Amino acid sequence: MTKLFAPAIAITTGVLVLLSYFLPNNTLVGLRVTIVQWAVILAGAAVFVGISNLLSIHFKKIMGKEKGRIYSLLLIASLIITLALGIFLGTDSPTMQSIFNAIILPVESSLLAIMAVTLIYAGIRLLRHRNDLTAMIFLFFALITMLGAAPLPFFQIPLVGDLIRPWVVGVLATSGARGILLGVGLGTLLTGLRILIGADRPYGGK
Amino acid sequence: MQIPALAGLILIFFSVILLIGLFLLKDRVKASFRDIPAFANFTKALGNAVENGSRIHFSLGSAGLSNSRTAASFASLSVLRQSAELSAASDKSPLATSGDATLTILSQDSLKIAHNIAGVDHRYEASSGRLAGLTPFSYAAGTVPTIYDEDISANMIAGSFGVEVGLLSDASERTRSFTLAATDSLPAQSVLYANANEVLIGEELFASGAYLDIGRTHLVSLYVQDILRWIIVATLLGGAAMKLLAGLL
Repeated sequence: MTKLFAPAIAITTGVLVLLSYFLPNNTLVGLRVTIVQWAVILAGAAVFVGISNLLSIHFKKIMGKEKGRIYSLLLIASLIITLALGIFLGTDSPTMQSIFNAIILPVESSLLAIMAVTLIYAGIRLLRHRNDLTAMIFLFFALITMLGAAPLPFFQIPLVGDLIRPWVVGVLATSGARGILLGVGLGTLLTGLRILIGADRPYGGK
Repeated sequence: MQIPALAGLILIFFSVILLIGLFLLKDRVKASFRDIPAFANFTKALGNAVENGSRIHFSLGSAGLSNSRTAASFASLSVLRQSAELSAASDKSPLATSGDATLTILSQDSLKIAHNIAGVDHRYEASSGRLAGLTPFSYAAGTVPTIYDEDISANMIAGSFGVEVGLLSDASERTRSFTLAATDSLPAQSVLYANANEVLIGEELFASGAYLDIGRTHLVSLYVQDILRWIIVATLLGGAAMKLLAGLL
């Protein structure tokens, strides 16, 4: 029964939502708003399931005395404390805001900083595992773009910042990016259509 | 109805007709692809994982169902199901991490079906589909320990990512495990080009279904994608030529 029911629901809602974007019909638009609201509620319930999954995995790690269990303990403790504070004080309270501004934001910024170092290292390593013309061109243009954008302390390299970099970014990079994005757009369209006609079913069934 | 909306609707109908038409032509449509060694190497890595009893890790990204970049996640779910089917017989069953709860549920479902098709239902564990974090960087931070500690021999990083994907491919490089990476994001593609073993550029993520032989619809869909691309190329060139002519006359 589920084999027929799930695709039928998915295809019907998909077609209705899609048509409501193109046909100026108030009933269709109203239907779309309702369906999207349902989807948001379901996504909220999914977050609850996801958090339970995260908790169970880290709980298992602690129980099994696995490597890095101290981090799992820290994660569970932080999750419970944040959840309790959020429930009792509300998500807009100054305490919750400071948890976000003093912990989450700096930690994510630090990860971004690590990312920058990782990329420099990857750039150095690139020619070792991809020793071809494309890799050399990639590195050359990455260097030109960085040199053109970086605020150098005593002088600016002539032509790079005011002529070469704007041309590379505005002409070469933009045209290349548009070509790639057209391809990605077509891929997205076809993936959506495969699901809409029920040929591809990521929501269950063999 | 406005002209852009009408054009969009026509494009969708045209694509659906092409998709169904080519699908019905069955064997008359022969598969011929340009060679992408990344897929062959990934299949080899799957085989090696089964042989040496190690694990395959699928990183599915952070775009859930209520996201405009969901298509990349759907493409990665198709790859997950097919590859998990091939590697489910390994001593250690495949793992999937995602940065969105809806995607986690779908990945668990895909893994369960893959185990069922492979005839090893008893090996499936719900914990093999994991939510690693709910923001892009927390997802990366939650996934890196999985790459380091779970005896992973190959990573398939496919889906919707930002530049944080660099942390995942770097961890994979440090553990000397194989990495095939594909994403719909341009900044992430450039990061991956610099530090992943094998990277799929542009829309190759959406072609992975056809290359990994997931099913006929994936193959047909790739053909339709090519036909539409040529139409767009012809339209762009025609438009440019007409503008040039208008300037000359």
